[in-house]
Amino acid sequence: MFSGKCVRAYIAAIALCSAVPLACSHAQPAQTPAQTPVMSIAVGVLRTAHSKETISILDIPPDNDLLAGAELGLQDNATTGKFTNQEFTLKDRKLADGEDTAEAVRQFAKDGIHLIIADLPAAQLLAAADAGKQSNTLLFNASALDDRLREEDCRANVFHTAPTRSMLADGLAEYLIWKQWRRWFLVFGSHPEDQLLADAIRRSAKKFGAKIVEERLYQDTGGGRRSDSGSVQTQRQMPVLTQNAPAYDVLVAADESDVFAGYLPYRTWDPRPVAGSGGLKPTSWDATHEQWGAAQLQNRFYRLFNRSMNARDNQAWMAMRMIGEAVTRTHSNDPAKLREFLVGPDFSFAAFKGQRLTLRSWNLQVRQPILLGDGRSIVSVSPQEGFLHQTSELDTLGYDRPETKCVLR
Amino acid sequence: MRAALVGLIFSTCSLAASSTPALAYLAYVTNEKGNSISVIDLDKLEVVRTAKVGQRPRGIVVNKEGTQIFICAGDDDTINIVDAKTLQIIGDLPSGPDPELLILSPDGKLVYLSNENDNLVTTIDINTRKVVGEIPVGVEPEGMALSPDGKILVNTSETTNMAHLIDPQKKEIIANILVGARPRFAQFTPDGSELWVSAEVGGTISVIDPVKHAVTQKIEFAIPGLPKEAIQPVGIRISRDGKTAFVALGPANRVAVIDTASKQVTKYLLVGQRVWQLAFTPDEKYLLSTNGVSNDVSVIDVAGLKVVKSIPVGSFPWGVAVSPQ
Repeated sequence: MFSGKCVRAYIAAIALCSAVPLACSHAQPAQTPAQTPVMSIAVGVLRTAHSKETISILDIPPDNDLLAGAELGLQDNATTGKFTNQEFTLKDRKLADGEDTAEAVRQFAKDGIHLIIADLPAAQLLAAADAGKQSNTLLFNASALDDRLREEDCRANVFHTAPTRSMLADGLAEYLIWKQWRRWFLVFGSHPEDQLLADAIRRSAKKFGAKIVEERLYQDTGGGRRSDSGSVQTQRQMPVLTQNAPAYDVLVAADESDVFAGYLPYRTWDPRPVAGSGGLKPTSWDATHEQWGAAQLQNRFYRLFNRSMNARDNQAWMAMRMIGEAVTRTHSNDPAKLREFLVGPDFSFAAFKGQRLTLRSWNLQVRQPILLGDGRSIVSVSPQEGFLHQTSELDTLGYDRPETKCVLR
Repeated sequence: MRAALVGLIFSTCSLAASSTPALAYLAYVTNEKGNSISVIDLDKLEVVRTAKVGQRPRGIVVNKEGTQIFICAGDDDTINIVDAKTLQIIGDLPSGPDPELLILSPDGKLVYLSNENDNLVTTIDINTRKVVGEIPVGVEPEGMALSPDGKILVNTSETTNMAHLIDPQKKEIIANILVGARPRFAQFTPDGSELWVSAEVGGTISVIDPVKHAVTQKIEFAIPGLPKEAIQPVGIRISRDGKTAFVALGPANRVAVIDTASKQVTKYLLVGQRVWQLAFTPDEKYLLSTNGVSNDVSVIDVAGLKVVKSIPVGSFPWGVAVSPQ
């Protein structure tokens, strides 16, 4: 169905090959004499830039942030494609500030690309989804954490490999409860996404029986994160921010904007552990994760890109693997057929998380364990033992079916 | 737990009383994180020696004579050849990157192995210690098997989710068969009529007709009180008479017993935590399981279908091979 329209996608793939020779295995002829003609599967990556203002120099997003994960996923799919006579191509489209998202989706469709891995903020993702509806385009949200995209604003053509804020907060909460750290001191930032994360943390506290003993706002007054005398100031600011709090076990920070949470560990007024956006962080993936064969994925990624795989890279890799899995099992590149398989009862895939990942059929969210890491190693993985559920323990993380506001259309 | 302990004491006593020097099989267990092998005396049912080997040892086989042990040392990108008597590394085979599982050719002259990082199956001549063949397969190749007649070599690739059937003479792929997610291990029935492939994440065993190149049956598992996700089949062993199969179920902490004729699970044996690989003693009196998280090896009485002992070994036991002597 992409015949004659995928020239640009091929060019993109060739460009990728010349830059990354290892990614070219799909260009080799098939190993076995296959009877079926070659089927092409064209995938687009649609993304916006992320802020380079991070507290740690290690967290500055690289230029191929997220895209690299999609490229590795493409390579993995292409290796399988050699045996099934399926050829995967990828086209990257990075939107400039203020560029029309819907138009980019329509252009992809004109180029024969109906599968898009998206790295877009919530509003833009919804614009892309609605534009994609007319062209039967499927989107895979690999970065936006907003619960509303899976709840009141869910869409029938958007799959979510990124976890939600409520899944991340619940993953952290289960561990804190398991540790018997039930008294939380919540410090949240002043940006809208910080407030959303704070809401998710409040919800988790209520859900699992923790008590938020104090809440404080950290107002972002601007300024660079990495000035030369940074540590001198933060060493004085963070104790002041956290002094005179009632007795608490753990400080939980909601700072998605990366303004202050990274400064909290070792600087709080009381000697207490920090979790949330600083200290012990809940995430879908971390460069230090190596259990369950993850070391192999990390190695493959590092060999190709000379850097570590971050959460967005991994979420894009998962999206590409979902596409690959659907294509191999259905022998089709028709988005409608792929969607039918992905939402069906037989779909599950492996993603180095110690168990099969499946889809929440009611809102197209990928169920997944949440890693808890301090940046040096993985401290624990939720769901924690003892948090039970009638269908899947993974559904103890985030909004569950009975609470959902999603009506897929 | 207490019942298991009582059983354990009983069985050790009875063994001690009836022990004969004739049964002196040795089992070699690779300790993935311990970078060592534990040697179990199957008469005493205890570890009698521990030896240092290469980094991240996983796949392990013993040659027919019982004189040499071959160990995939994944992080050293090599295969250690270990002298069974001295337990010293006497040489290495050039495996290529990250070897994981290996098998020997029926004549004992060749090693076939999977290179997890390189999407290859590699053939090495043991005498010359040279690579004599490389066959490109899917992503993260792992499981290796050879048909009883030696004519079909099988590799499973974990991310591609396929069993690749290979002609070992021509070093060419004959067929690629889609199986469940993350296939880990492959095993032929003794008569060669069926190929069993475990899918760790898919949670199933695919039974393949190696002539028709098609999956004929899928075996599923259900354990009351355990979530489906916890059932992760890995190692498979089939008794010599072809009647009974044993499947290690990973974090389900159980070994499933399957009647091969009906493909029905007849029993689940509770073993240690995260059970990975299995090996029979040559007389098939015992089946051993490596339990990665609990750092021990469970000893299963094959006739009684009972776990009779757990033997503490090194850190994260992974593979197990029993000396034929």
